[in-house]
Order: sequence, then structure tokens, then C-alpha cells
Amino acid sequence: MAQMQTGAQGMQSLPALLQRNAAQFGNAPAYREKEFGIWQCWTWAETAKEIEALALGLINLGVKEGDFVAIIGRNRPYLYWSMVAAQAVGAVPVPLYQDAVAEEMAYVLGHCGARFVIVGDQEQADKVIEIQDQLHQFEHMIYLDPRGMRKYDHTQLHQFSHIQDQGRAAHDELIGELQSRQAKLDYDSTCVMLYTSGTTGKPKGVVLSNRNVIQSAKNSSEFDQLTQGENILSYLPMAWVGDFIFSIGQAYWCGFCVNCPESQDTMMTDLREIGPTYFFAPPRVFEGQLTNVMIRMEDAGALKRKMFHHFLAHAKKVGGDILDGRPVGLMDRLKYALGNVLVYGPLKDTLGYGRIRVGYTAGEAIGPEIFDFYRSLGINLKQLYGQTEATVFITVQPDGEVRADTVGVPAPEVEIKIDDSGEIHYRSPGTFVEYFNNPESTASTKDAEGWVATGDAGFFEEGSGHLRIIDRAKDVGKMADGSMFAPKYVENKLKFYPDILEAVLFGNGRDRCVAFINIDLTAVGNWAERNNIAYASYQELAGHPKVLETIRSHVTAVNKSVAEDPMLSGCQVHRFVVLHKELDADDGEMTRTRKVRRRIVEEKFDDIITALYDGSEKVSTVTEVTYEDGRKGSIKATLTIVDADVKPGAVHKVAAE
Amino acid sequence: MLDNSLSYVTDDGRTIGGVVMEMKNITLRFGGVVAIQDISFDIREGEIRAIIGPNGAGKSSMLNVISGFYVPQEGEVLFHGKKRPPMRPYEVARQGIARTFQNIALFEGMSVLDNVMTGRLNYMKTGLFSQALWKGKAEAEETENREVVERIIDFLEIQHIRKTPVARLPYGLKKRVELARALAAEPKLLLLDEPMAGMNVEEKEDMSRFILDVNDEFGTTIALIEHDMGVVMDLSDRVVVMDYGKKIGDGTPDEVRNNQDVIDAYLGVSHD
Repeated sequence: MAQMQTGAQGMQSLPALLQRNAAQFGNAPAYREKEFGIWQCWTWAETAKEIEALALGLINLGVKEGDFVAIIGRNRPYLYWSMVAAQAVGAVPVPLYQDAVAEEMAYVLGHCGARFVIVGDQEQADKVIEIQDQLHQFEHMIYLDPRGMRKYDHTQLHQFSHIQDQGRAAHDELIGELQSRQAKLDYDSTCVMLYTSGTTGKPKGVVLSNRNVIQSAKNSSEFDQLTQGENILSYLPMAWVGDFIFSIGQAYWCGFCVNCPESQDTMMTDLREIGPTYFFAPPRVFEGQLTNVMIRMEDAGALKRKMFHHFLAHAKKVGGDILDGRPVGLMDRLKYALGNVLVYGPLKDTLGYGRIRVGYTAGEAIGPEIFDFYRSLGINLKQLYGQTEATVFITVQPDGEVRADTVGVPAPEVEIKIDDSGEIHYRSPGTFVEYFNNPESTASTKDAEGWVATGDAGFFEEGSGHLRIIDRAKDVGKMADGSMFAPKYVENKLKFYPDILEAVLFGNGRDRCVAFINIDLTAVGNWAERNNIAYASYQELAGHPKVLETIRSHVTAVNKSVAEDPMLSGCQVHRFVVLHKELDADDGEMTRTRKVRRRIVEEKFDDIITALYDGSEKVSTVTEVTYEDGRKGSIKATLTIVDADVKPGAVHKVAAE
Repeated sequence: MLDNSLSYVTDDGRTIGGVVMEMKNITLRFGGVVAIQDISFDIREGEIRAIIGPNGAGKSSMLNVISGFYVPQEGEVLFHGKKRPPMRPYEVARQGIARTFQNIALFEGMSVLDNVMTGRLNYMKTGLFSQALWKGKAEAEETENREVVERIIDFLEIQHIRKTPVARLPYGLKKRVELARALAAEPKLLLLDEPMAGMNVEEKEDMSRFILDVNDEFGTTIALIEHDMGVVMDLSDRVVVMDYGKKIGDGTPDEVRNNQDVIDAYLGVSHD
């Protein structure tokens, strides 16, 4: 393999890796993007030329070493090139979440003082133009898709292809400058700056060096034996550290091909066409696909449906063991092989997982049923635990040691310790350099010896040595009677029901727990259609008595399972409401990576929480909502509060009140 | 020839040229019913021209006169300064006029892609036989036309439904597919019959943006009928207002908005 021959020496930056790839795998595909209905392809050699032209164009435009270049848009090869080109000229690429509203962008662009912004299309350009008066250091914007941009004032605005053309034209004058800037890059120079979405407070700019990125990419690629022949689909936000590591770090280290979907909406079709060998998705993607499969099977003919359920039951029994290489009887193996021909194979193909060797899920806990479903089909789905500050990897599950309830063993070269309060700390080559312009936060997160506090509470399981995460350390609290309050534990159990999209548990310092629940419109909507329940809006469906009854049965089932845990039996849900709106990042209720911002939800829906505790049966509320274009409106609703059955073990505590 | 003496540049930097189409004293009757009564107005190159009015005002009839589908009993239609003889629909299409319909008229059983491809009909030169064999010229021709169609699919952001049968699409998307098919003909004059009827606010915003982008990117002259006053006023360069078959106003959105007859027609007047 390539990395064996060259080693890490000399490969200390992305541009250096790019040159190696162009020399060694010049004719192998580096990027594909579906456009105009066809997969367009660039080889590594072509990619190197494109990036060089862009880098020269950036120098020509006046990009200096140490400048920040913000990059905003959906996953496209051009924007990935922009990141590498920015690094090649000694600047620091800063990818931003493309669905962020203008004010959020204003904060980040102002904080890093970006002089240059590269955007995907008019939508993003408009947002930057809207806030440019607040940005004192902003100078030039480069846009990719010229559609709708022709009438704009072009004194500060440039088309991407023109910048490349200018770069090509100025090749002879500027190539020397580019080469000398590239030569200065080493393991300590900044590779990228990524803003953490942060469940609390303002986003922080995490500075990652080439050492962080390349070492992490190297270690993780070797861990999973990734090769130059892999194909991945890049569809997760470019501002997220995971995408940076998979689509740039590992792709450049191994030299594999990054495929970009045609648009956000075509992701599933594109996934099937590409058939990635290495895949990464948050649990909600797997949940969504499973829900879809189940819904579509309901519509299938009786024979197909019977066959599907029969073989799926068999897969559930032996599929996981076969994947993990555990002993399985001959008859069961034969039957599994038959199932593979009749059901599993075609199903995997439909889902786009026909060629997967390694799949990862992370970011949130995944439901054990969902996890086992994919594994039983023979898809090597694993979990990892990580964060931006660690350049992703803290723990990973090795092949053959995969379970739904742990996050695996420490990743290569990662040290982990758990302090007295139960908080997980780690130290690794991926440990971030600093938070940009924020020494206090850096100091409070990373100590002098390089140990980083994750903010998560967890423990190593006896025997297996696998790490188990309990919850965010700051979210773990105590109930009024002193028993432990771990909201995530209960929320995850609730969210494992397809009908429930999101749940938020309250009860810290109180005598009992209550919950907010968001229904999943796809699953519940489909159920409503089947049962001839008419509804005009999300709000109406969410308040339907039959929906409330279904959710109540889920909550009761969760309570039963929570009651079995002696430590957490106090966390049973006594009362709940099904919210009239989905929790949304545009309203600040979630982060852009879809993690609930507990404090904000608690403040915003204070009236509902009060009603949950004071015993009222209904509560009227007005909620402010933000539309996609940033305008605000409000929705009124009267919500029914539902009481859930609570199992003994917790009941006596309530009685004691 | 176009009379370019009228050409001017709009506030947002588009060039509006001379008169492309002129309606001169048009009167259209269906038996005893007078649908359009003595109406004159013109459409200039590159502009977005709206025709508005309450229900039954004769807007759709007017559009059908422009498209050549109805032949008025009185008056004449001048296209590029020349009087237009009665024509068959395919002849109209060859002149560079394309349209969408109020009640969507797509081939429901065909995919979005195939529907849009039908818009290229006038650009297909090979005969039935060679198309059936799909060899040589016919194949090259299809590839060429497919490229144009793919650009339009990209432009209107309907990639995700490319292979979906039209019957399975929601209303708002069908409207967009119809626009795509009209655009596939690369028209010089595009007629839109209530492009935003039955849409929600977000769909209306999207459609408005597409209409503006079409006008801006391809320089297509657009004549549209619309109910939603707000949308019309934001979109169009000039507006014709009709009521009971008569023209009661004509001018820029601001002029029309302040026209007393128009206000009366829309808000109603008390008869005392």
C-alpha cells in the first residue's frame, strides 16, 4: 500500500498528500459528482491541476498566509478543492454549516475575521451580502453556481471558474510563490478550523493541525484496513469534523474516491448508484431507511411480505453471529445463504449497501433493534465515539466486537481516563491545538499534559473493556429524593420507537420526571393514512387522541424497562405532552447536528413544563417559529397533557410527597 | 423588425427591448357572450408582463388569443410587427411560443424526464423509422436534446424526481414540471396560466424565483396570468388589468395599484 512505501515523513500536509496521490494514482478517480444526470469524474491528476489553478487564483486575488477562508455550501468537489487550495496558499479553511441563518454566519465570520468567502450558490451569497456590513475584515466572495448572480455588483464578487482561469493565466508568475508557500507547510501548521455547534453558548473555533488530521486519518484507515479502492458518498455537512476526516483526511491519506450527490434530495438514489464500500451516517439516516423499508413492505404482495418476514426473522437469529465469525450450525448457514439470494442481497442493493465493507454510525445513540437489523443483513455497521476536539476518534468498535450498547475500545494511540466524577478524559495525536481566540475555554478543556475533558460521563465495562456512555456529564443530575437523573438514557429508549422522533426529559431537582415528545411525521403520517385518520397539519396530527394513545403505550413500555434499572428507576415519565411543532435548529432548539439544546427548550416552553407539573389537563401556548428564510412567525396551540403508567419502584417516591 | 426605440434598462439591470407582440382592438365572442371586448396592449422583449383580474374577467381567453388557440372575431395580433394568420398549435410552437396550463396538462403516466423531453419535439429532425431503430443520427440527436433537458432539470431543481411518474407528484411539483417542459422548447415568449394557483407560500416563493431566473438567465419574455396580487406586483414589469372582458388598467405595478378602477374592481364598490 502507498502509505507503507512513503510513511508519514514528508507527507505532512494535504497538498503534499495530493501531489503523492497525483503521482501514484494519477488515473484513479478522486472525485465524482452527479450533474446533469451523469456522474462527472475527476482523476487525482486532474484534481491536482484544478486545485493548483484555484490556489494560483487565490494568490492572484490577494489571499495571504494566515488568512481565513470561509467555505459555505453543499458537498461539491469544488468546495473540497477550495479547502485544500486554501491550505496550499497558507491560508486556513473554515467550512460553515450551509443551513445556518445569516446571524449565525455573522458570528462565525466575524469571530475568525474571514477576508475571503467561497460560497456554493446564490442562496449562500445572499446571506453573506446581508451581513457584510458587520464584517470588517471581509473583502472578496467567490461563488460557484452563477445562476441568478449575473446582476450582482461584481467589484467584490468573483465566479469560481474565473478565479481558476486567472490562476491558470498567471501560472508562470505565481507558481514559484505557491511552491514556496506549500513548502513551508508542516505537521504543526493549521489544517482547518471547525466551529463546534455547541449545545450551550456561542460556537467555538476548533483549530486542528496537520498532525491532528493526518495522524488521525492514518490511524483510523489502518484500523479498518481502508484502501485506495474505497468509494464513499459525501453528503454530511462539510462543516462537521466527521466529513472533514472521511472526505478529506482519509480520502487523501488512502487516495480513495469521494462521490458527491446531485442534490440533497437525491441522496438515496445516488447512494444506490454509487454503492459505497465505506459509509458513515448518523442514526437517523438508518432509522429513516428502516422505516421506509417497513412501510414499503406493507404495500408488497402477500407472498413477498411473508418471505421478507420469514427470512428477516432468521437473519435476526443468526445474521449477527455469522458476521462476527461465531459458530453457527450448517443448516442455519444454508438457510441464511438462501435468504441472502432471495431477500438480504436485493434489499441491501435497494438500500445502496450492497458493497459496504465498513459502516459507521455516531453522533447519537442508535436503537438496538435498528443496529441489529442492519448487522443481521450482513452489513458491518459499527459505532464510534468522538468529538471535534479529538479530530473525531476517541473509541471505535473493532470488527467482531460490535454491540449496540457500547462505543468500543480506545482508538489507536488514544489514551483514556475516567475521573472521580465519572467524566471521560482523553489524550491522542488528534487532540486539538486550541480554541481560536479563546484561551480561557482552551485552558478549561485541555490541561497542561494534553488531557481533554469530553463533558461526557461513562465507564469501562468489566470484562470487555468497552466504553459505555451514560450521558452528558452536565446533564446528569439528581432528583429531589437524591436518585440519579440521566435524561438521555430515557430519551434514547423513547426515540427507539419509530413513531417518536425526539424526546426531552425534565426532572432535575424535581420529585418526578415529565417529557416532551416530537412525533415522526413519516411514520405516524403513514400510520394515519392506513387507519383513515385525516389530518391537515403536523400540529393536528400531533394532537390527535389516537396518536396520543399510541405514544402513551410507548411511554408506558419505556417506563417498564426503566423501572428495571435500580439506579434509574426514578426517571420514569409520569406525564408528557406531544409538542405541536418539531424542535428545529432554525429556532435554536437544536444544534445544526440535531442535538437538543436542553436549556433553551426548557426556557422557551416554560409554560408547558409548569403545566406538566401542576396537574392541569390542557395547556395553551404561543410559540415563536423561524422560517427557512429567517422571517419569524408564531403558532398557537392547546396541548393535551397525558398521564402515563408508572411502575412500582418509583411510585412510592411520589406517594411520599 | 423590432422597434427598439422603446428599449430601456430596468432598475435591476435587465434590458427591455421593443414590442414583440401587439394586441390591437381584440374582441372575442363565444356565441352571445363577449369574453374580450376591444382590448389593446403590447408585450415587449425581455419583460415580464402580467394579466390580472377577478374570476371570469377573460384572462385565460386573452392568453389563448396570444397563444393563437383562439382567433378573435375582431382586431389583430401582430407578432414581430407582422399580422399573424390563424395558426395550428404546432405552428405557434415553432414560432418560439410555449405555455403552461391552469389545469396542469402533463402525460400523467410518463416520467418527469420523458414529459420534459416532449418539449424538445420541434428540435427532433430524424424520422419515425430511424428513431424506432435508435441508431446513428437518432441516437446522437437524443443525446443532444437530453443535454438541454438535463440543464433545465438542474435549473428547476427537480433532479430528485427525474424518473418519477408524474401522476405520483404533488401539485406544486407538477407545476414545476410543466414549466420545465415549456422551457425545453427554448421559447422566446413564455405564457404562464396561473403558475402559482393552489400553492402554499413557500411554493409560491420558489416559483417566483424560478420565473425571475428564467427571465434573467435566458432572456425569455414572459406573459403570465395570476390571481395573487402580491406575487404579480413583485414579479412583473408591467400589468394589464381586466374586468368583465374589458381592460381597466395598464402600466407599472405602482400605477396599477393606485388606479381607482382597479381598486374598485378588486375591493368592490358600494352602489349608493
